[in-house]
Amino acid sequence: MIIKQLSIFLENRPGTLNEALAILKGAGINISALSLADTSEFGLLRLIVDDPEKAKAAIRQAGYTSSVNEVVSMELKQEVGYLSGIIKKISEAGINVEYMYASSNSASGASMIIKTDDLEKTSKVVG
Amino acid sequence: MIWNETKECMSRDEISNLQGKRLHALVSRVYHNVEFYRKKMQELGVEPGDIQTIEDIEKLPFTTYEDLRNAYPYGLLAVPKSEIVRVQASSGTTGKPKLLCYTRHDIDIWSECVARAMTMAGITKNDIIQVGYGYGLFTGGLGAHYGAENLGAVVIPMSTGNTKKLIDMMIDCEVTAIACTPSYLLHVAETLEQQGLVDKIKLKTAICGAEPWTDEMRKQIEKRLNIKAFDIYGLTEIMGPGVACDCECRKGLHIYEDHFFPEIIDPDTLKSRAHGELGELCITTLTKEGMPLLRYRTRDLTSLEYEKCGCGRTMARIQRFKGRSDDMLVIRGVNVFPSQVEHALLTVAGTTPNYFITVDRVNNNDTFDVAIEVEERFFSDEIKKLEKLRSDVEDAIHQVVGIKAKVKLVEPNALPHSEGKTKHVEDRRKLI
Repeated sequence: MIIKQLSIFLENRPGTLNEALAILKGAGINISALSLADTSEFGLLRLIVDDPEKAKAAIRQAGYTSSVNEVVSMELKQEVGYLSGIIKKISEAGINVEYMYASSNSASGASMIIKTDDLEKTSKVVG
Repeated sequence: MIWNETKECMSRDEISNLQGKRLHALVSRVYHNVEFYRKKMQELGVEPGDIQTIEDIEKLPFTTYEDLRNAYPYGLLAVPKSEIVRVQASSGTTGKPKLLCYTRHDIDIWSECVARAMTMAGITKNDIIQVGYGYGLFTGGLGAHYGAENLGAVVIPMSTGNTKKLIDMMIDCEVTAIACTPSYLLHVAETLEQQGLVDKIKLKTAICGAEPWTDEMRKQIEKRLNIKAFDIYGLTEIMGPGVACDCECRKGLHIYEDHFFPEIIDPDTLKSRAHGELGELCITTLTKEGMPLLRYRTRDLTSLEYEKCGCGRTMARIQRFKGRSDDMLVIRGVNVFPSQVEHALLTVAGTTPNYFITVDRVNNNDTFDVAIEVEERFFSDEIKKLEKLRSDVEDAIHQVVGIKAKVKLVEPNALPHSEGKTKHVEDRRKLI
């Protein structure tokens, strides 16, 4: 399933993550998945939230750079080799994975957020 | 020792006389051969016949680096192209460089001036000199090289970029003099110290230029290497290194007034300032053939001292530089304008994001950092795209400016925003 993700640009210094999360809290945004990627100089916070556009508006107002883009979300079964099987399918379809991270939710156990160079195709392959 | 005593020790009357004659001849040449100057003079209602003495120079138009840029490449040539034997270039304020053209005679004068400067520094034909400036479009390498050859010294054309080889040859070839930037020489000193080789060198003299340096740097160089270091001044637009140099008295840099007429003006009103007053240095190239310049505004702020020097020379002395009348920075010997960085950002990002340049000196090397605010239109959720943006900006700056900057991406509003003229630069080197 293709869903929306919020990405926020953060500088690599103490306190920035806390500030960003406080803004989302203030806007009443619930976070269901999060990944923080870092380089030596900056960080990239990727979030799955209940209202991405509202979250983006709050973040923008606070002066942060952010974007809303699409990613594929897929549910994971708690079976040995399940993820491996899915990645194999993606790989065989010639799709390139940019990044991925996991999320847990009480309804179905775990899910995986994945960004590839062809989201439509990815969604079909894993769906 | 004085290289050309007849010229360097002329009386003030003799100097003024010679300057007047040369200016008259120069103005006739540019009026008849350079459309740019003919038009400018016609606008001011001045004809070559109006210029008889050196005092008449105030009637003449100024030349700026924008004029040089607009004239790129051959717009200011005063001789047929067939008379040109060399071009050199310095980076412009935006993309295009400033191109300077030399006739054989111009090269001879240049070699004469550099020989005068090296003689002032006590360098003779018995010396073995390493030229540690870049050879190429930059005037440092070839300028120092021809001057040292003219002097009759042994010239080792090291160029830049290989300190180990420079040190090996310095020791093996018993090098006694070096021409390079002061910050590079400090780097060489450091390397020699680390390797315990300071005692092995025969170096006596350094002639340093192409970037501003402090008395403190000079003291350090002299103490750490146990040598004498001299300050040489020049700019590509006028010729290259060797427009002026300091002597053993260290009371300012003697400018070779028989070839370069110096004036100090108020950078705002463009009116001449009295002797000894601080202002912008303007230079008229009295003898240049290829691309002579009238009243070229160097943007360097200084004053001139005309009293006869203890060394015996009468040529006026440029006093310590007090800064610039524009926003140019000299980083690792290269002229850098914030507008060049803006231009580079524009080519990568479409419009110019808010940016901030920080220049510092760490371990005697200039650092050049550019921070840019990440805006939504070039933000991405993929790190590789952000890294690509960063490296594209670095490449673009390198292309335009000629030296590498370290580019950092920062959050919006992380950099100073101010009303009107935004401050985009901090120079922490404290050179002035």
